[in-house]
Amino acid sequence: MDIEAHHVTKRFNGFVALDDVSLAIRRGELVALLGPSGSGKTTLLRIIAGLEFATSGRILFGGEDASPRGVRERRVGFVFQHYALFRHMTVRENVSFGLRVRPRRARPRPAAIAEKVEELLGLVQMEHLAERYPSQLSGGQRQRVALARALAIEPRILLLDEPFGALDAKVRKELRRWLRRLHDDMGLTSVFVTHDQEEALELADRVVVMDQGRIEQEGPPADVYDRPASPFVYEFLGNVNKVRCVVGEDGNVAVWTGEPGLGGLGVGARTETGDLATAYIRPHDIEIFAGPVRVGQPAQVRHVCAAGPTVRVELAIGDELIEAELSRARHQELDIRLGRTVYIRPRHPRVFAPGEPGAGAEATEAGTAGPSPAAGRDSSAAFG
Amino acid sequence: MITSILTAPRSLGLRQESVLPGFGLTLGLSVTYLSLVVLIPLASILISASGMSWSEFAAAVASPRALAAYRLSLGAAFLAALVNAVFGLLIAWVLVRYDFPGKRLVDGIVDLPFALPTAVAGIALATLYATNGWVGGLLAPLGVKVAFTQMGVVVALVFEGLPFVVRTVQPVLEDLDRTVEEAAASLGAGRAQTFAKVIFPPLIPAALAGFALAFARGLGEYGSVVFIAGNLPMKSEIVPLLIIIQLEQYDYRGATALAAVMLLASFVLLLLINVAQRWSHRRYAQS
Repeated sequence: MDIEAHHVTKRFNGFVALDDVSLAIRRGELVALLGPSGSGKTTLLRIIAGLEFATSGRILFGGEDASPRGVRERRVGFVFQHYALFRHMTVRENVSFGLRVRPRRARPRPAAIAEKVEELLGLVQMEHLAERYPSQLSGGQRQRVALARALAIEPRILLLDEPFGALDAKVRKELRRWLRRLHDDMGLTSVFVTHDQEEALELADRVVVMDQGRIEQEGPPADVYDRPASPFVYEFLGNVNKVRCVVGEDGNVAVWTGEPGLGGLGVGARTETGDLATAYIRPHDIEIFAGPVRVGQPAQVRHVCAAGPTVRVELAIGDELIEAELSRARHQELDIRLGRTVYIRPRHPRVFAPGEPGAGAEATEAGTAGPSPAAGRDSSAAFG
Repeated sequence: MITSILTAPRSLGLRQESVLPGFGLTLGLSVTYLSLVVLIPLASILISASGMSWSEFAAAVASPRALAAYRLSLGAAFLAALVNAVFGLLIAWVLVRYDFPGKRLVDGIVDLPFALPTAVAGIALATLYATNGWVGGLLAPLGVKVAFTQMGVVVALVFEGLPFVVRTVQPVLEDLDRTVEEAAASLGAGRAQTFAKVIFPPLIPAALAGFALAFARGLGEYGSVVFIAGNLPMKSEIVPLLIIIQLEQYDYRGATALAAVMLLASFVLLLLINVAQRWSHRRYAQS
């Protein structure tokens, strides 16, 4: 079932939680609403569910206006952040709840309910724990019960509020994969809210990045990651180095060296030669060389973290800290050690000039304040 | 000497390795205090009652007048606790779930029966419910008489027992996760179903505890009841009053025998309610 949000605005006592948000979700899609706390992502999800009502704007289900209907009539499966299981009911009673509360005419016979519940418990691999109470289950098991309970009413849409937020890393990964399979097998349209960019990028067909009640960018994970539309998205999705730079001729920027050799200026309509700007460079887009190269900048190795699939290196250019990421092989080849001087060169820097929408305060600040220790700290603060 | 005191609990197997010191000392003080204040006085009742012969005892505790008093005391206390369980739940609900002007005042008024001297409550209720009182005057034409009847006893006990249910249910209701109601609604449950199946069951243990406290209070209540009950032998005479009357007639043994019966009855009833409460806690308050 397609879901559409049309110019949805939500105000709570003067606070604007959603500011004219429009979003179309196609049938069968798995969409992530990603953003920091207070970005309005949960509010949007709750408005789609009918748990909250928009101050203005409409929600359409399959082209039909769902706005006047409350959560009872919308038949959406909602999985709450902290599961919201009925703790005085067993797993079985929890899962069958949605069927047992149906009006008598629409209620399946007890045998049919039992069969359906058994099927759902099998689906979430909880048959052996059917008589347990929620307090006797682990977090991951509770999450699966909550999901089975939501699926019992055969929803057309599955909405999940921070579904893996309260789980430890290993369980989270497992459940993620499992949810993806479930979504595909059942042909649901699913929307989940998360503040974990890794989760959103790995799981979703489409990522909707939100900030301050607005949609900053939406698109397939790879698009959003590779071509962030604003500094906010850049910083929110993955680690990034923020580097002060000067706009050179032809719109090229000079990062560090003063030599304008780097392409890839993000258009910036109002930039002029000589303008100060901020370049955004992913850690894996910093090339490291053992000796001097063209447009290379000498930097000192401050810290090396070689645990994990890639090696992370913290480098210092003066008081500016840069984080770089490289493969283990390349790391061994270069023999990077603490205190050594290496030469670095940025690939694909993206520049947001002060005039560009969303480029915002930090670029302006860098432009006016010039080189300062604060700006140096700033670039390291971008690592999440 | 000192070491022997410190090691003594360990030799009894009671010593717990803990960062909180003073287990032995505080437990000792607690037991001493409970003995002095509660257990020894209660035991003395049983001891002095045991000085009677069986026939004496039976005559004292099974007289028709005494039987009528038991019936009234137990029945009125039970009825009053039941009324309070229902309305206490309602008041707790209103106080927790809604915001309205004067909410704190209402919240304070709930405690008034705790604080008010029982005699004051008794006089106020008696005046109000007498056939020429404000409420009694309205009820009289309908043929309902409250003051100086058994109903009067119930009214007084309802007044005294009100805070117990409210104050036991209130914190549980406050702690109840509101998202479970949203979950119930998202699964298609109506308001009534949500209340009956989702909200009410977790409140049962607290409501039962409040009921038990109100009931116990009702059994022992004296001050407010004697003013409104009229105290007619065989009709509106409660057990505590009967005990007083026998004391005034210097029938100490009869009074002690009645006291022993009340003690036993209270004990058994509280035990039963506790068992029920434990069961309901296991059943409904999985946390």
